[in-house]
Amino acid sequence: MAGIRIEGIRKSFGATTALEAVDLDVADREFVALLGPSGCGKTTLLRIIAGLETQTAGRVLIGDKDISGLPPRARGLAMVFQNYAVFPHLKVRDNIAFGLTMNGADKAKIAQQVESTASLLQLGKLLDRYPAQLSGGQRQRVAVARALAVEPAVLLMDEPLSNLDALLRLDMRAELKEVLRAAGTTTIYVTHDQTEAMALADRIAVLHSGKVEQIGTPSDIYHHPATRFVGGFVGSPPMNFLPKDGALIGIRPEDIDLVSAAEGMEFRVNVVEPLGAQTLLTGTAEGQMLRVALAGEHAIAAGTTLHIRPRPERIRWMDAATGQALPARTPA
Amino acid sequence: MKRRSLPYLLIAPAVIFLVVLFFIPLVQTIALAFETKSGLGIGNFARMADDLNFHDSLVNTFRFVGLAVPLQLAAAMGMAMMLRHLGRGRDLVLWIWTIPLGLSDLAAGLVWLALLNDRGYLASLLYALGVVSEPQSWLTYETPIALFVAVVIAEFWRATAIVVVILVAGLQLVPKEFGEAASVFGASPWRIFTRVTLPLMKPSIQSALILRTVLAFEAFAVVIAIGGRNFPVLVSEAYTWQNFNQEPSVAAAYAVVVMVLSLAATVLWLKLLRTPEEQRA
Amino acid sequence: MTGKRALYLTGVAVICAWVLVPLWLLAANALGGQPVISAWPKPLIPSAFSFETMLEFLAIEGVFRAMLIGFEVALLCTFFSVLLGLPAGYALARYSFRGANAFRLMVLLTRAFPVGILALPLTVGFIRLGLYDTPLGIALMHTALALPFAVLVSASLFQAIPRELEEAAWVFGCSPLQAALRVVMPLALPGVSAVAIFAFVISWNEVFAASVLSARNRTLTAYLLAMLSESPLTYQFAGALLLIVPSVLFIYLVRKRLFAMWGIASR
Repeated sequence: MAGIRIEGIRKSFGATTALEAVDLDVADREFVALLGPSGCGKTTLLRIIAGLETQTAGRVLIGDKDISGLPPRARGLAMVFQNYAVFPHLKVRDNIAFGLTMNGADKAKIAQQVESTASLLQLGKLLDRYPAQLSGGQRQRVAVARALAVEPAVLLMDEPLSNLDALLRLDMRAELKEVLRAAGTTTIYVTHDQTEAMALADRIAVLHSGKVEQIGTPSDIYHHPATRFVGGFVGSPPMNFLPKDGALIGIRPEDIDLVSAAEGMEFRVNVVEPLGAQTLLTGTAEGQMLRVALAGEHAIAAGTTLHIRPRPERIRWMDAATGQALPARTPA
Repeated sequence: MKRRSLPYLLIAPAVIFLVVLFFIPLVQTIALAFETKSGLGIGNFARMADDLNFHDSLVNTFRFVGLAVPLQLAAAMGMAMMLRHLGRGRDLVLWIWTIPLGLSDLAAGLVWLALLNDRGYLASLLYALGVVSEPQSWLTYETPIALFVAVVIAEFWRATAIVVVILVAGLQLVPKEFGEAASVFGASPWRIFTRVTLPLMKPSIQSALILRTVLAFEAFAVVIAIGGRNFPVLVSEAYTWQNFNQEPSVAAAYAVVVMVLSLAATVLWLKLLRTPEEQRA
Repeated sequence: MTGKRALYLTGVAVICAWVLVPLWLLAANALGGQPVISAWPKPLIPSAFSFETMLEFLAIEGVFRAMLIGFEVALLCTFFSVLLGLPAGYALARYSFRGANAFRLMVLLTRAFPVGILALPLTVGFIRLGLYDTPLGIALMHTALALPFAVLVSASLFQAIPRELEEAAWVFGCSPLQAALRVVMPLALPGVSAVAIFAFVISWNEVFAASVLSARNRTLTAYLLAMLSESPLTYQFAGALLLIVPSVLFIYLVRKRLFAMWGIASR
């Protein structure tokens, strides 16, 4: 186990830049998620760390060792691929043992390691099956087991849950968190699902168009977004943005309260979505479209006019042109 | 119901055609081979075996298949792997490498005849290098080994292209993540090739081997083009008995031998390179 | 460029040369005529270049005719292969019916046998039916060779075209036949044309059956084979060039579809 440092990694293909000067410091045993929409460069960054692609500039260090020029097999990393890449012609036990076999470990050690990793991921009964005989979720566990078996310095994961159906994804997410915490491996986890990132990571690095917009704990990212993009990308339903006094204010739908006519502004409801735990209202206030999320059930009809007020301590000010966060102001 | 019978109607013409022009002749060939002047018997096979050329043709055919097929497979595998690293120009190179695919084995034989005949280019090259001083006749019955090598080279030159195409297609079906996963987990390029790529290519290799082995047993025109009758193989003998000796029954006997060998080889490859259901991707 | 890359590219170039140079040399022989053939030692670039030998060769009785017959046979073979193979392939792709696997197996089985050899017993039958020594007869035999390939490849072609497209056409008022013709065929056309060209080349190059099933009306390939022993080298090479040029041309036309077709047909 070790920390991993990414210094000034840049990747361009001819005229297009996929990644612009990324810096990231991951501490030993930390779980960092790379979060962003498709095409933001997160998978490219992961592949550069793995050695499957070469960076245009910058370096990657594990502990204090510069691994930038090394081929993948010499980096001491392990990776879980999005489509698992579990070898179909090998039994589950041989799949899990693969990394150890390649490194020439002795048979006894391999057998023992396979057994313990398999039991960690509840694969004990499936060791002599072939991947084609397993379900998607089971194959995913084999991929994780294979990665953990080599006790890597850093574990890389490329959207490992995205190919599972919704319910299974939820179960596996919890299981994964528990297994990885027990193993204590330094992990870098790529995902486009912000709920996943929030649920699993110690810290999240939000990427957009090849740039890191913010690195912080889930709470930081959620409550103190550094840019408009981060505010709008993290959280569902997304943050509202309204122009005010030459800048933008960002306020989350759940941070808006219903108040009396004297205390707040007018809000005309257009659509009401009863979601069970929340009631989501979409409407207009001061000529702007706005979403308001009220806890619990409310009998509100479309077309009603209500009065709302955002909680002052939750308002985030952003520069209208650059999208960068501004220090707090008092609204006029 | 019209719907349910539709697929059968669609395949009917093809089925009838194959029955008439493949299965019936197949049975007829076997029947013809066993038909002698005194009823059914193995007389034709006896005549075939007694013939001077039979033994040679059998040995030659086996030697030919035994050398040409593995050579082509290894070379084609190398070429298929080489193609992977080519970026631009890959299409052009692939086309060039597969040009021989479009040639008949007669044409291929004649191409190499141009190179290897007495006054051919190889002899000229050796003369330029000072190795020989006069035209060389390699392709006669006095130089059976050289003749054999010439025939193998011509067939190798032509037919490797077919194997390349099959293997390239098979290689494309192996998702590149498998190779990437293997490299992340410590495998060197050679080990990736032997432990991951090759096993996952088994179905294509099996197809290629079956096709090539059967076609190699059928080799005929390339042999005649280069060596005339100096290098008898099974099918050339069948041709001779049919067209020159006017003995279709003995020709049929040869045909049956070739068929049995082809079938045996097919079954062999099917068994040896079988991918069990549970190991499919 | 690194040393490794340079070595690799050299290897690729060498293999290309391995393919192209013999073809060039054959062409040099065929177009150079007797002076080039008898030249000793031979230079790589011939001094004489004339079409004289080729024209002489073409003027030989029977050669030009053999070319025409060869074309005719190949065209017929292509026609039959596509006509019979497409519907069968469509059936395999779109319908799961009992006997589908048996049919597929039957088609694959033909690959295990040297099909050309089966022309032997057909000679008698063909004589009786008046098909002996006719382009049609040879074309039928060649179709037996090309048909399995046509069936399997068109099955894959149709499978690659989503069924939903046809279903959408049905919803919007087309009959199954109309949907097949208006929606599926245009999409399948490039692949089908590649199959057709391949069937052509298979027929053009086939030598055993063509020789056995004809006496006077031979395809170019069969003709060449028959006269090999009696002709001087000049004519042998000229004939080879005549054989090669159409093939290479056709392979060029299908080059993009090459491995898609062979790869599919071999599974």
